Amino acid sequence: MEKWYLMTIVVLIGLTVRWTVSLNSYSGAGKPPMFGDYEAQRHWQEITFNLPVKQWYFNSSDNNLQYWGLDYPPLTAYHSLLCAYVAKFINPDWIALHTSRGYESQAHKLFMRTTVLIADLLIYIPAVVLYCCCLKDISTKKKIANALCILLYPGLILIDYGHFQYNSVSLGFALWGVLGVSCDWDLLGSLAFCLAINYKQMELYHSLPFFCFLLGKCFKKGLKGKGFVLLVKLACTVVASFVLCWLPFFTEREQTLQVLRRLFPVDRGLFEDKVANIWCSFNVFLKIRDILPRHIQLIMSFCFTFLSLLPACIKLTLQPSSKGFRLTLVSCALSFFLFSFQVHEKSILLVSLPVCLVLSEIPFMSTWFLLVSTFSLLPLLLKDELLMPSVVTTMAFFIACVTSFSIFEKTSEEELQLKSFSISVRKYLPCFTFLSRMIQYLFLISVITMVLLTLMTVTLDPPQKLPDLFSVLVCFVSCLNFLFFLVYFNIIIMWDSKSGRNQKKIS
Amino acid sequence: MDVGPRLKAWKPRSNHQMVVCIHHSTDFEVHRNWLAITHSLPISQWYYEATSEWTLDYPPFFAWFEYILSHVAKYFDQEMLNVRNLNYSSSRTLLFQRFSVIFMDVLFVYAVHECCKCIDGKKVGKELTEKPKFILSVLLLWNFGLLIVDHIHFQYNGFLFGLMLLSIARLFQKRHMEGAFFFAVLLHFKHIYLYVAPAYGVYLLRSYCFTANKPDGSIRWNSFSFVRVISLGLVVFLVSALSLGPFLALNQLPQVFSRLFPFKRGLCHAYWAPNFWALYNALDKVLSVIGLKLKFLDPNNIPKASMTSGLVQQFQHTVLPSVTPLTTLICTLIAILPSIFCLWFKPQGPRGFLRCLTLCALSSFMFGWHVHEKAILLAILPMSLLSVQKAGDASIFLILTTTGHYSLFPLLFTAPELPIKILLMLLFTIYSISSLKTLFRKEKPLFNWMETFYLLGLGPLEVCCEFVFPFTSWKVKYPFLPLLLTSVYCAVGITYAWFKLYVSVLIDPPVGKTKKQ
Repeated sequence: MEKWYLMTIVVLIGLTVRWTVSLNSYSGAGKPPMFGDYEAQRHWQEITFNLPVKQWYFNSSDNNLQYWGLDYPPLTAYHSLLCAYVAKFINPDWIALHTSRGYESQAHKLFMRTTVLIADLLIYIPAVVLYCCCLKDISTKKKIANALCILLYPGLILIDYGHFQYNSVSLGFALWGVLGVSCDWDLLGSLAFCLAINYKQMELYHSLPFFCFLLGKCFKKGLKGKGFVLLVKLACTVVASFVLCWLPFFTEREQTLQVLRRLFPVDRGLFEDKVANIWCSFNVFLKIRDILPRHIQLIMSFCFTFLSLLPACIKLTLQPSSKGFRLTLVSCALSFFLFSFQVHEKSILLVSLPVCLVLSEIPFMSTWFLLVSTFSLLPLLLKDELLMPSVVTTMAFFIACVTSFSIFEKTSEEELQLKSFSISVRKYLPCFTFLSRMIQYLFLISVITMVLLTLMTVTLDPPQKLPDLFSVLVCFVSCLNFLFFLVYFNIIIMWDSKSGRNQKKIS
Repeated sequence: MDVGPRLKAWKPRSNHQMVVCIHHSTDFEVHRNWLAITHSLPISQWYYEATSEWTLDYPPFFAWFEYILSHVAKYFDQEMLNVRNLNYSSSRTLLFQRFSVIFMDVLFVYAVHECCKCIDGKKVGKELTEKPKFILSVLLLWNFGLLIVDHIHFQYNGFLFGLMLLSIARLFQKRHMEGAFFFAVLLHFKHIYLYVAPAYGVYLLRSYCFTANKPDGSIRWNSFSFVRVISLGLVVFLVSALSLGPFLALNQLPQVFSRLFPFKRGLCHAYWAPNFWALYNALDKVLSVIGLKLKFLDPNNIPKASMTSGLVQQFQHTVLPSVTPLTTLICTLIAILPSIFCLWFKPQGPRGFLRCLTLCALSSFMFGWHVHEKAILLAILPMSLLSVQKAGDASIFLILTTTGHYSLFPLLFTAPELPIKILLMLLFTIYSISSLKTLFRKEKPLFNWMETFYLLGLGPLEVCCEFVFPFTSWKVKYPFLPLLLTSVYCAVGITYAWFKLYVSVLIDPPVGKTKKQ
């Protein structure tokens, strides 16, 4: 593409912001005995390097599962093993069995941060660049601006380079999957997505839209001919990739079961800590976690999740389209986040990624959502002393979006893709003309509330009787926002008629 | 200008808050010490205080500036204002110091805004990012050298350069008195700007005090305006009186000057600034090595202290004649003279002044005594204004700025800073080269093959010095080798840029039409 140098500049800006954030503190820094996610990742390098594969997921004297036991699928373990080999080359003390617990040093921090950067550079960033280059119907400048906004999204940067995780690997693979499937490279796309699932099991939030989209494609091609062939090929790809990843664990039934038990801890309850989903917010008023028995909780969350995502998935199966696929990814992941079992606040990133993908089509709502998603991580970021990076990156992201997409000019009904919906509503309620203004007011209220809550959380001390007041408020406000977005995205999906697709895109 | 471009160009500055958390250099201690001195001691002690090795060696206005800052500092951390607290650095101290730099940069942003107003530039394209104003604002605000020196290494160059750019902008806008005033104030903030004072002096004399020219552009002696000369002199005198007056009253002027101009330091800094003397030193070393090998020199005659041992002291050259401060002064004056003559005999208005200013700064950098490599910024920033208007200037600017910025790399030597300096350098270099190439795409290419080769050679040089060298055996025997290589390689580029700029200034035809000033 022309202006490749602008894209290079955008990538360099993204990398600079990432590395600057990584100079800050990480999760659990200097906090024995458990430390945090950083220590967990270091511990997994220690375990995978020193112990044989058979013992990785089992409790033993060498591998105490209570101290950061492995609870991600095998691909994470292999990645940790790879990092461990490099660590051994530089300084074996970092991964020495037992003695390296709680190891903290400048050099080690540099090493860990570099592993995140390299993983990001190899997997996530190329996916973003390629995705933006493949966007249709928009100018080169808009593509580059889109890439800049996606790469500046604060949530992923702060969690990966601040708190310390490797979300960019699983999200990157998922993005490769989306790319492949949208460009009709279905086998490669599904292979990439299987790798994503095998890296972090939370990617299952995205699995239903992938399934429905591919199924819809097979139906379209005709189930008696090409469609069936495609279906079989896809099934084989999926099975083959799973077998390849889980090969060492398929030797014994007990191995497979133990890994599954570690990946899906159903005994841990409806939710843990504070998270911006329905159950945690509901718990404020009615302590359902304590009232209802465990299996009822499971069934309830299962029903709610599937009921909320069913309409969009059915529509995707019947009318598979690239745009519908991405929107369904958003609504599905959001449904899972809001209603599912044992959700962590970092899982909002699984919703943020698809939202980034529709940034160029619905800039206003996407920017709003991405701001709220970063805000919902506030309690976690404050615990890791990442206030300043989060404020700065959020401001940079906001300014980038405002100048790239002029989001405040794109708040008309048509721009928000709500035209067909409001026309339908106006058949029954002729006075329903205030939708666009209402949304603008809601945005204003939402932003003011977020800013106020941030200021309060940072400057004030919570009252003695309610020590978690601010985190609960943050979760509650974020949850309300997310519910609104769930309704909005489902409306767009359901009312996205054929006439909508014939309209010229305004760039 | 509408909000959009200003917003776009201003946006990057907000990233600076994040570089707050990197290690701190000695400059923190220097400025902390000065805060302490100005806060706790009376004026009569300011230039005598020597508890710390970092004595006050900037002119009085800067000392007053630190005094004002110290009154804000006491709300952050009272302990930093104690003169005895050597090397005191709490997180609040660092935070305060970082934020003070960011806050003072507001003046720099304003000055950049004023400079952009002076650029008319041709209408290349309708797009905002291709307008010369936008490119200039990014080149100035995002300047790699300024970012590194001010926000990572810690100095207050941002607002000082803001003052300089503001005075230049005022001269462009024909508000000469204000320009002179700002420059006089600037001189009393940091006396390094004396390097460019001749340009100011000659320009103001020639183009402001002589109000008109003859039709062929030469001087019209009877248009000399006494009023203007006197008013200029008054401005400079008043500013100097305000600054030096208290110390004159205390009879401390000699002490102040001895602090401001410490000639006891050596010809070169511990790390050689990439100027003519770096090449001179390198040549001397090469000749001495060859001389030893070929037995022309007696090993006993070679002085023990090696020039590259990192100690800042007086030393002798072995083969070539030694250099004294007087020699460097004479060389600098000889180097400046042709450009001054050009400014006098063929005045070309503010643009001619700007070129002369850049040449003065660059010549002083090339031949000055104990030049710090940060001084290259004095030439790079004014040259940015020239680069967006002519293709020839753009190509010289790119060579100067790329090599000048690369020569700042040894200032940041810790591992966490390595990705940052490489990323920022790449960002600035790629942006400057591509935007200027796009701006001047209708003219001949900016670089010939030799220049391209030279610039590309910076990449392998960096890889060798930072990644390969530490793992070789030479690290123990010749620890100074990367610094030497960097310095010499950059000196070649900077000398070349200086030469090219001089040639273009001397060859440029004089402006034919007269301009009533």
